[in-house]
Amino acid sequence: MTIIATQALTKTYGGGVTALADLTVDVDAGVIGLVGANGAGKSTFIKIMLGLLAPSSGEVRVLGIDPVTETDKVRARVGYMPENDCLPPDVSASEFVTHVGRLSGLPKTAARERASESLRHVGLYEERYRQIGGYSTGMKQRVKLAQALVHDPDLLLLDEPTNGLDPAGRDAMLTLVHRIGNEFGISVVVCSHLLGEVERICDSLIAIEAGHLLRADRISSMTTASDVLAVEVSEGTDELAAALSALGFAVTPEGRLLLVPLESDSAYDKVLQAVAELDLPLHRLDQRRHRVAELFTTKETADV
Amino acid sequence: MSEAGVIHDIGYQRYTGPRLGRGALLRALYVHGLRATFGFGRSAKSKIFPWGVAGIVLLVAVINAAVRSQTGTWLFDYYAFDDGMSWLVIFFVAIVAPELVSRDLRSGVLPLYFSRPLRAADYVIAKVAALVTAVWLLLGVPQFIMFLGGAFTTKTGMKGVWHEVGLLLPGWAYSVLWAFVFASISLLIASLTGKRAFAAGGIVAVFLMTAPVVGVLSVLPSETSRHLAGLASPMSLISGVEGWLRDRHDLGIDVGNFGVIYGIEAFCLITACLLLLLARYRKVASL
Repeated sequence: MTIIATQALTKTYGGGVTALADLTVDVDAGVIGLVGANGAGKSTFIKIMLGLLAPSSGEVRVLGIDPVTETDKVRARVGYMPENDCLPPDVSASEFVTHVGRLSGLPKTAARERASESLRHVGLYEERYRQIGGYSTGMKQRVKLAQALVHDPDLLLLDEPTNGLDPAGRDAMLTLVHRIGNEFGISVVVCSHLLGEVERICDSLIAIEAGHLLRADRISSMTTASDVLAVEVSEGTDELAAALSALGFAVTPEGRLLLVPLESDSAYDKVLQAVAELDLPLHRLDQRRHRVAELFTTKETADV
Repeated sequence: MSEAGVIHDIGYQRYTGPRLGRGALLRALYVHGLRATFGFGRSAKSKIFPWGVAGIVLLVAVINAAVRSQTGTWLFDYYAFDDGMSWLVIFFVAIVAPELVSRDLRSGVLPLYFSRPLRAADYVIAKVAALVTAVWLLLGVPQFIMFLGGAFTTKTGMKGVWHEVGLLLPGWAYSVLWAFVFASISLLIASLTGKRAFAAGGIVAVFLMTAPVVGVLSVLPSETSRHLAGLASPMSLISGVEGWLRDRHDLGIDVGNFGVIYGIEAFCLITACLLLLLARYRKVASL
């Protein structure tokens, strides 16, 4: 089922700034990654989908409904989690989520039930009776997610849900988003500027740059440039580079690091073994996440 | 076969119940706002001020009713009660209006509201209605106490009660006028800043700073300027409307033959404030 469909969607702001240009996408249900650098037009796209902004030209359908003409219908079925801080500090999470649940059209008792349900699903239990002001960033992000989930939407729009979280919190949030998409049966659009982060949990991906569509496809059908291993040794960097090249790796030096593409499962072991055989002091060995910029550069070179 | 005390995760349940329309959202926001004006659902600290003001106003009404039942004469009537309490009401709206709107601006909660089927107009209507109701209750309930005092001590039986009702209803209407003026001006000022202290200061300033202007204008030698002096401040404006509608010239402000101008200005002032408030939230709602 098509969740979001746009046809030559264009948004030009008053000052002549083009935020979205000729965007045509057609995405299926599931977890959808919306990636792009800051200012690429992600937020504009989300606002258009919510009916907060009217497109300058082109058409958009969310869940088969036009958000321009039938704004209320779309909003009743969509949950939105903004990027910025948006929680009042002096009420408890349970009161707040109940309140916004009522503003989504739930009757009083249903709002209360759904509020505690959605807070439980995001992993807030007894804490939900405490004032939000005392919460950690991770807990606040969870409350923001819960308020988007309270009216049982068919589509969630999450704007940078991992913003400001530590690595553990990031993983927990991504796992949660993945669960919502797969177990709850709710489609999710995850906005991010970190491609490596969203590609782990997404079924499909929309990449935009400066308002233009770079790619929109299912993850599986993308020629996924596999992960890169960054190796740093205190000395003998050149020897190691030579040894790895001899093993058939396309090694690229980057400062004091060596970047080795991880093409197969055994690659990791082979690199380790090469280091051990040369008896070099290993400093660092970490799996690099792709950034959107890398996708963009590979795309451009592919075009040439 | 589940053991006691074990909570089973039954997974995510889809919601299949009713979903209400915009009217219900507006009502929910209105009730939420009205409760907030008197500090319900908020900390004990935020109850102190509204209930303090309410307590004083009620006390004044009770004393007035008591004096009347003993001596048979008012200390002041329903209209003079509103005029006399206006300073307290200013402080009430200066605290409560920022509580209603500045708080939402400050916490950035508005994107959550406006991404739901709620429009800028609904938000404005709900907040204005909440504050108008709160101010009206603040004035109307004491007026009702004064009415009870009068109605139970009347010497002319049912006729006296009906006479008293005839006095109370215009008094209530006058309180509605006060409520609209206070609510529209104070909400407009409060909607401009997310800082509650600034908003409160701004509201008090607008009401208090205009009072001396009236004073200066009314001592000018010109007869016309004396009649029109009341237009400069919201409070004397309302007294002027009262003078015009009751055709009285012995009140605080003598409006002469210019009464209708007071009426027009009051109407325009309220309308302009509400339209500006709406324009403000149209802009906020588009994020």
